[in-house]
Amino acid sequence: MIKTGNTHSELADKFNRDKKRVEWHDETLWFVRVKRDKAALQIPVWEQLREAASQIKNNVLGNLHNYLVQFEKNAQANGIRIHWAADAKEHNEIVHAIIKKHAINHIIKSKSMLTEECGLNEYLENQGIEVIDTDLGERIVQLAHESPSHIVLPCIHWKKEEIGQLFHQHLGTPHGNADPQFLTAAARTHLREHFLKGRVAITGVNFAVAETGEFVVCTNEGNADLGVQLADVHIACMGIEKIIPQRKHLGVFLRLLARSATGQPITTYSSHFQKPRAGQEMHMVLVDNGRSKRLASDDFRNALKCIRCGACFNTCPVYRRSGGHSYHTAIAGPIGSILAPGFDLKKNSDLPFASTLCGSCTNVCPVKIDIHQQLFKWRQAVVKEGHVDLSKKVVLKFTGFVLSHPLIYKLSGTLGRWVLRNLPVITNTRLNTWYKQREMPPAPKQSFNSWYKQNKRV
Amino acid sequence: MSSREAILSAVKKNQPVESELPELNFPFTSVNLKDTFIRTLTAIGGRVMDVTSWNEIVDNIKATYSTTSQVVNTIQELSADFGSFQRPSNPHDLKEVTVAIMKGDFGVAENGAIWLTDEAMGNQVLPYICEHLVLVINAENIIPTLHEAYERIGNSTYTLGTFLAGPSKTADIEQSLVLGAHGPKSLLVFMITS
Ligand code: SF4
Repeated sequence: MIKTGNTHSELADKFNRDKKRVEWHDETLWFVRVKRDKAALQIPVWEQLREAASQIKNNVLGNLHNYLVQFEKNAQANGIRIHWAADAKEHNEIVHAIIKKHAINHIIKSKSMLTEECGLNEYLENQGIEVIDTDLGERIVQLAHESPSHIVLPCIHWKKEEIGQLFHQHLGTPHGNADPQFLTAAARTHLREHFLKGRVAITGVNFAVAETGEFVVCTNEGNADLGVQLADVHIACMGIEKIIPQRKHLGVFLRLLARSATGQPITTYSSHFQKPRAGQEMHMVLVDNGRSKRLASDDFRNALKCIRCGACFNTCPVYRRSGGHSYHTAIAGPIGSILAPGFDLKKNSDLPFASTLCGSCTNVCPVKIDIHQQLFKWRQAVVKEGHVDLSKKVVLKFTGFVLSHPLIYKLSGTLGRWVLRNLPVITNTRLNTWYKQREMPPAPKQSFNSWYKQNKRV
Repeated sequence: MSSREAILSAVKKNQPVESELPELNFPFTSVNLKDTFIRTLTAIGGRVMDVTSWNEIVDNIKATYSTTSQVVNTIQELSADFGSFQRPSNPHDLKEVTVAIMKGDFGVAENGAIWLTDEAMGNQVLPYICEHLVLVINAENIIPTLHEAYERIGNSTYTLGTFLAGPSKTADIEQSLVLGAHGPKSLLVFMITS
């Protein structure tokens, strides 16, 4: 069981103390969701694209072994050095060894959720290496000693005035200046210095093509490219599920990715790295970290199809109103809630419950992951393993008992209506979390059953 | 057992039965590719000019950027006016470049992206480190979607190939769009019909 105070609902409770901020957070993300809808509607074959993307990813999962071997062979022939990491620890050690070989103590890094998953920054910092995140949003949370709260929009929970204050402290911008244009320019100048002295650049990977041994990195800011092209060493870190079979399949994924993420037709840069440039060293670290184990599960393997677009975050009513940090994992949101229990069911047993099961995530997912169904299945796994908290356990047990005894079920309706009318205060207990933030409804005069008997017409 | 063997054997053991790859067959219905391309690229912050001669391009570049700009050109047809790029050994030498001019292979109407490879870039850092980027593409080379794009790219090889769509940008601060994050602050595209 997770420590009290750290469950999703408790952390969400904290986030909800500032009502105005919650509303603002909710609206900002909904605005991104609306942009996604507009972009999707402009593509007449949108649904066919989702279906094709889903089928390609299914094919990948069924043939992952061969695709990995094929990718390795082709990438090596292109001059890319391939490393294999069984878990987060090995991934971090491999990256560290490469950096150490070059006797460097400062590296730059563009966005990579995998390195967040592996805790790379912390690991390298403990080895005395300074890591500079170069994506603007990631740099902001890094300066604030926080982690990203969203996989595509890392500092979506920050207000511009707060960023102005943060930059005033760290970059020396004038006090009180909160103009996004000005702050971005300040960050550009600050990070340009780091780009120019960065000799090792780390990037994530969006797709790797088995057929050609190349990999694709998508960004808007150009930070991945600028870093890599100025550095002597490029290290790309990738989860093994990111492989796709052929180059032409990129056409399907790149049509879906940015539109699903932010409503853009494509990211500004979709860079295809096939070979190291003359004099440059190019490494790729292929990371398992639980993926091969998940592959065996009929119920949960589909989560490996994820292309990390973030659409399920933006649409989720629970994410929008609870904030990314309430999920206490590197990847928040609906997809994080089905990934995290696979890593550690006990520690993340609250996350499958951080959902209304409305299914909106499943509807927007560009690769058709059955997210809300997996959430439901994880709930069953959590209950089976006995990781639910006491109040949930009592309520579920009691509900199960009532539902399996028809006479008691009938009586319970009458009793419930009587209580709501005469003793509403006893519904306000710690066992009834539904009561938080809500008034209980007035009790109907009559049960549905008797209303139905009276009103039914033949 | 090495991690490589351990991972590969676990994957082999655990992977489900293989399913078929889908056919990729997506009809496209835009009537005017050129118009769609201009509209899309403009909407994402690029500027597109329709021209009919190289002279027109020269005039427009001179009119757009200040005379003190450090201009780097990799296109042979423009070398009389803007010199021709000498490949520096160190990409850091390009850090003061204001304007970089290079050829794009083709444009994609549906998303406003232009495909270019390291060959056209002169130095791979150039399209990212310059303050303003100028691309020239042949107006006939506008294709409908990314599917036609990958058909065209085929199995060609490159060190770096990229779809470039507009100036670099960010909306990380409260979702307000700012052009010129770490890469170029502007993108000017000439579509030449000759
Ligand atoms: S689960 Fe689907 S919607 Fe969510 S981030 Fe992954 S691909 Fe996008």
